[in-house]
Amino acid sequence: MGRFLLRRLVHHLVLVFVAVTLAYVLASLALDPRSRYEGRNPPAPPAVIDAQLSEYGVNDEDPLPERYVHWMGGVLRGDFGTTVTGGSINDELWSRALVSLRLLVIGSVLGAAVGVLVGVVSAVKQHSFIDRLFTAVSFFFIATPVFFTAVLLKFGALQVNEAAGETVLFYTGYETPGLEAGFWGTVTDQVAHLILPTLSIALGLTALVSRYQRNAMLDVLNSDFLRTAQAKGLTRRQALYRHGLRTALIPMAPLLAYSFGTLVVGATFTEKIFGWHGMGEWVVDSITRDDINVTATVALFTAVFVLFAALLSDVLHAVLDPRVRVTA
Amino acid sequence: MIRQEPTTSRAPEGTAPLFEVRDLTVAFVGESGPVPAVRGLSYALSRGEVLGIVGESGSGKSASALAVMGLLPSSATVSGSVRLRGEELLGLSDRRLARIRGSRIAMVFQDPLSALTPVHRIGDQVAEAVRIHQGVSAAAAHDRAVELLDAVGIPNAAQRARAYPHEFSGGMRQRVMIAMAIANDPDVLIADEPTTALDVTVQAQVLALLETARRMTGAATVVITHDLAVVAGIADRIVVMYAGKAVESGPVVPVYADPRMPYTIGLLGSVPRLDRPGRPLTPIEGAPPDLARLPQGCPFVSRCPVNVPVCRTIEPALEPVARSDRRAACHRRGEIAFGRIGGAPVFPLPEIASAREESPRDGRPAVLEVRQLVKRHPITTGVVLRRRIGTITAVDGISFDIREGEALGLVGESGCGKTTTVMQLLELAAPEEGRVSMLGRDIASLSRDGRKHLRREVQVVFQDPFASLDPRLPVGDIIAEPLRAFGVSLDRRHGRVRDLLDLVGLSAEHANRYPADLSGGQRQRIGIARALALEPRLLVLDEPVSALDVSIQAGVLNLLEHLKVHLGLAYLFVGHDLSVVRHVADRVAVMYAGRLVEVGDADEVFGHPTHPYTQALLSAVPIPEPGTERQRTRILLDGDLPDPADLPSGCRFRSRCPLFARLPPERRRRCSDVDPPLEPRSTGDHQSACHWARDNPILPAGAGRSRTGRSDTD
Repeated sequence: MGRFLLRRLVHHLVLVFVAVTLAYVLASLALDPRSRYEGRNPPAPPAVIDAQLSEYGVNDEDPLPERYVHWMGGVLRGDFGTTVTGGSINDELWSRALVSLRLLVIGSVLGAAVGVLVGVVSAVKQHSFIDRLFTAVSFFFIATPVFFTAVLLKFGALQVNEAAGETVLFYTGYETPGLEAGFWGTVTDQVAHLILPTLSIALGLTALVSRYQRNAMLDVLNSDFLRTAQAKGLTRRQALYRHGLRTALIPMAPLLAYSFGTLVVGATFTEKIFGWHGMGEWVVDSITRDDINVTATVALFTAVFVLFAALLSDVLHAVLDPRVRVTA
Repeated sequence: MIRQEPTTSRAPEGTAPLFEVRDLTVAFVGESGPVPAVRGLSYALSRGEVLGIVGESGSGKSASALAVMGLLPSSATVSGSVRLRGEELLGLSDRRLARIRGSRIAMVFQDPLSALTPVHRIGDQVAEAVRIHQGVSAAAAHDRAVELLDAVGIPNAAQRARAYPHEFSGGMRQRVMIAMAIANDPDVLIADEPTTALDVTVQAQVLALLETARRMTGAATVVITHDLAVVAGIADRIVVMYAGKAVESGPVVPVYADPRMPYTIGLLGSVPRLDRPGRPLTPIEGAPPDLARLPQGCPFVSRCPVNVPVCRTIEPALEPVARSDRRAACHRRGEIAFGRIGGAPVFPLPEIASAREESPRDGRPAVLEVRQLVKRHPITTGVVLRRRIGTITAVDGISFDIREGEALGLVGESGCGKTTTVMQLLELAAPEEGRVSMLGRDIASLSRDGRKHLRREVQVVFQDPFASLDPRLPVGDIIAEPLRAFGVSLDRRHGRVRDLLDLVGLSAEHANRYPADLSGGQRQRIGIARALALEPRLLVLDEPVSALDVSIQAGVLNLLEHLKVHLGLAYLFVGHDLSVVRHVADRVAVMYAGRLVEVGDADEVFGHPTHPYTQALLSAVPIPEPGTERQRTRILLDGDLPDPADLPSGCRFRSRCPLFARLPPERRRRCSDVDPPLEPRSTGDHQSACHWARDNPILPAGAGRSRTGRSDTD
C-alpha cells in the first residue's frame, strides 16, 4: 500500500508541475503588468520601467522561458518571487494560507460530517416528512449561489445582533483588529468571526454531500448483505451501523476529498463577502492587478491542495474498502 | 408432516409441528393499491424434514421466506401465522425477532457475492453470528468461526478466515453462508435459491453440504428454488407455488410421478432432461399474471390447456387429492391422472420438426472450422504507463468444427474460456494463434468488405434478453436494424420484419411495442428474430435461455429446434446447463481451463463419457425425478477451477480429477508430466483428452438413446 501511494504521489507531482507551468504561461500571456507602470503620473522613463519589471521577473520583453525558469528555480528554493508592487510573496502567502485553511478545514469537515449524517437519516427514513424536508432544504442550498447565501447569513446575523443588543456574530474580517482581551477573549472573538463564513461554506457542502450520501445509503439499504446481517440476528439498526454505514461511505470518499481540494479557491466569494484576506480573495485581486507571480503561486497552492485531496481520497478509499487495497 | 389447511384444534403438545406457517399473506405497496405477493400459504415441518418450495420468478416463494424471518421492508404487510414450537413469530418486535433469527431460524441466501458484507473479513462475519447469540468472548467466537469454516469444507480455514468476501469464489462464499447459518444449531434452516448462479459441480458440492448441515443440526429445512431437479434430490415434500399461492403439495415421489395441477404437469414437461434426450418439451404458453391485476378465477386459467368455464369464475382452493396426503388447487384434479385427462395428455406434445433428410456429417460442408485457437489476456500494472507483467491464456489451442445444419454445444464451468472463445469468433478478427475459417474462408485473409460480408452469415443471440435490446427502440426497429446496416430498402425491411416476427412465433402487432412491454420469453424471441434478419448460416447462441423461467425456456428451445430444421441453420450453443445443451446439441465440446477435454457426437459424449471431467459434470446435473435422482451416485469434484495464471503441469484437470486420485503412482506420473492431447475413442469422431480414459456411463439407462432422424456419422 505504501508503495502504491508513493507511486500515486509521484504521478500527482508530475500533474502539479504541469498545472503550475500552464498557469504561469497563461498568466504571463494574459496579464500585462507593464500597463500598471506606464499609466503612472508622472510617466516613468521606459528604461526605468523595464529595469523594474525585469527585477520582478515579469518583463514581457524578456523571453518567457527565461522568466519561467527563473521563477520556477526560485519556487524550488522556496522563494515565490515578488508581487507586482515589489512585496515579498512568501510573507503574504503563509498568512493568507492560514486564514483560508482555518475557514476551509472547519467548514469542510463540518459540512461533510453533517452532510453524511443528513444523507443517512434521509435514506433510512425515505419518503418520510424529515426526508422530504432535508431534500427541500438541500436543493435550496444547492440551487442558491453562495453569494446569495452569504448575504442571507449576513442579514440573519444583523437580526441576531440587534436582538442580542451587542455584536454576537461578526461578518467582516477574521478578528477584531487591535483587540486586547487576553487568550480566551481572543478565542471568543475569532470564533464569533468564524461562524458566518464557515456556515456559508458548510451549508453548500452539506447540501451536496447529503444528496450523494442518501443515494449511496439507499443502495446499501436494499443490499443483500444487510439482509444477511439481519438474518444472523442483528436488529435492523445494528445491521445498519455495523454493516451498512461503512459500505455506504465508500463512494463518498473521492467526493469528500476532492470537494475539499477544490474549495480552496472555490471559497473566493465567501472570502470576499466576509472580508477574509485568504487565498481566494488573493487570486481575484492579483488578476485585476496584473500580478503574474501571485496568480501562478496561488495556482501552485491550489494544485498542491488538490494533490493532497487525491492522496486523501486514495487513503480513505483503501481504509474503507478492502477490495481496492493493493499489495504491490 | 405438512398440513395445508389450518387444523380445527391445536395438536397436543409433543406432536405439534416444529415449524408451522398458516395462511401467510404478503402484500407490497403498488402504484394502485396493494399488490399481493403471497396469498395464503400454509405448511408445517417436523424436525429433520425437508420441504421444497418450487415456483417461477414472481410466484411469491422468496417473499414468503423473508416474511417468516421478518426481513421484508416495513412497507410490506404480512398476515397469517408463523409458529416455531408453538410460539407465534408474526408481529414480534424487530428486537425480539432478532433473537430468533440466526439462532433458531437461520437462512441461506441466493447469490453469495452480494450476500456477504464486502468490507468485513469472512472470519469476523461468521464470528458475529456466534457472538450475537452465544455471548462469548471475541477470541472464543473467532475460534468457533474457524471451526465452522473448517466444518463446511473451507481449506486452510484459520488463514482464510482473514480474507475478505471478494477473495472467495462463489462456491466458497456459499459455504461461508452455510457456516453462518449453522453456527447456532438452528431448529429451522431456510435456503432461498441456495445454488442458483453456481456451476453444476459447485451446486452438487453445496447441496451435499446442505444435506450434511441438516444432519448435523437436525434442522427442519425449507429449500426454495425454481429448479425442480434440485427439489427432486433433497426434499421430502414439495409445495408448488404459482401467483402467490400453493397450487400443489405433497410428498415428492407421487407429485413428480403423478402431478394433478396442470401447472405442475406443464413445469415438469418443460424441463429438458439429461436422461431423456429427444423427448419434446411442452412449454406453457403465455406468461404468469400480473399480481397487481389478478383475474377472477384460477390465476393459471389463461395458460391452462384444459380449462373449463368454472375456472374463469372461481379460484380453486388447495384441496386433498382422493385418498392421499396430497393436495392440488384445480377444479379438475379428480380427472387428471399421470399427466393425462380423459386419455389425452394435458399438455399435448408440440409438433416437433422432424429432421430433414440429412446427408452424413462428412458430406456436409463446414460452416465454422477452428484450428488450434489461442487467446491470451495480458496482465498489466501501472496507471499511466501500463506494463505487462504476465499473461493469462484463456483459450489454449482448441479445435472444432461445425457442419451445416448442426448444433454444437460448448459446455464448461464459468471461467473455462467458453465466452472468450465465442467473443473471439464473433470479432471476425485474425486470432493471435491458430486458424479460424467460416464458410470455407480464412478469417485472417479477409478484407474489410469481405469481413462485413461475412458478418451477415454469422449472427448472435445473447444471454440477457433484458440488456441486449435497446429499450428506446420499438421492436420493429430493433429487428430491422441489421437490415438497415446492410442497406435494405424501407419497404423490404417492413415486410421482412413481419415475416421474422411470424417466424419466431410473435404477431405483426408486436413491431410497434417496446421491449419493456414484453415478457422475457418474448424478448428472447425478438433477439432471435434480429439475429435471423440477415439470413445467417451460423447462429451463435450464448446461454440464450439461462435467464428465462423454465416454462418459458421450453418454448424458446422448441423454437430454436424448429428454426434449425426449417432454415438449415448451424448453431454454436454455449451453455452451462447440460440438460439444455443435451436437448439442443447434436455434437458437444466440453471445455476445461481453456482446453477442450472431450468432443464428439452428443449421444456418444453424454451416453459414454470417457473423460473424468465430463463424467463429473454429468453426474452433478440433477434430474427432476425423485426416484432416479436419489439412486444416483455423484462424483463430487474438490475445489474450484485452477487459477488460469497458475495451472498444474501436465493434465490441467489433475488437481481436481477423481480418477487421478485413485491411480497408482507410476500412472500418475504420466498425468503430471504429459499434457494429454485429444485422442479418438471408440466410435465415430468421439475424442477425449485423458491418458487413462475409459467409458463410464453416468446417466441412468436410456440416456444414450439417439433422437430419431438424427444422423450418426458412422
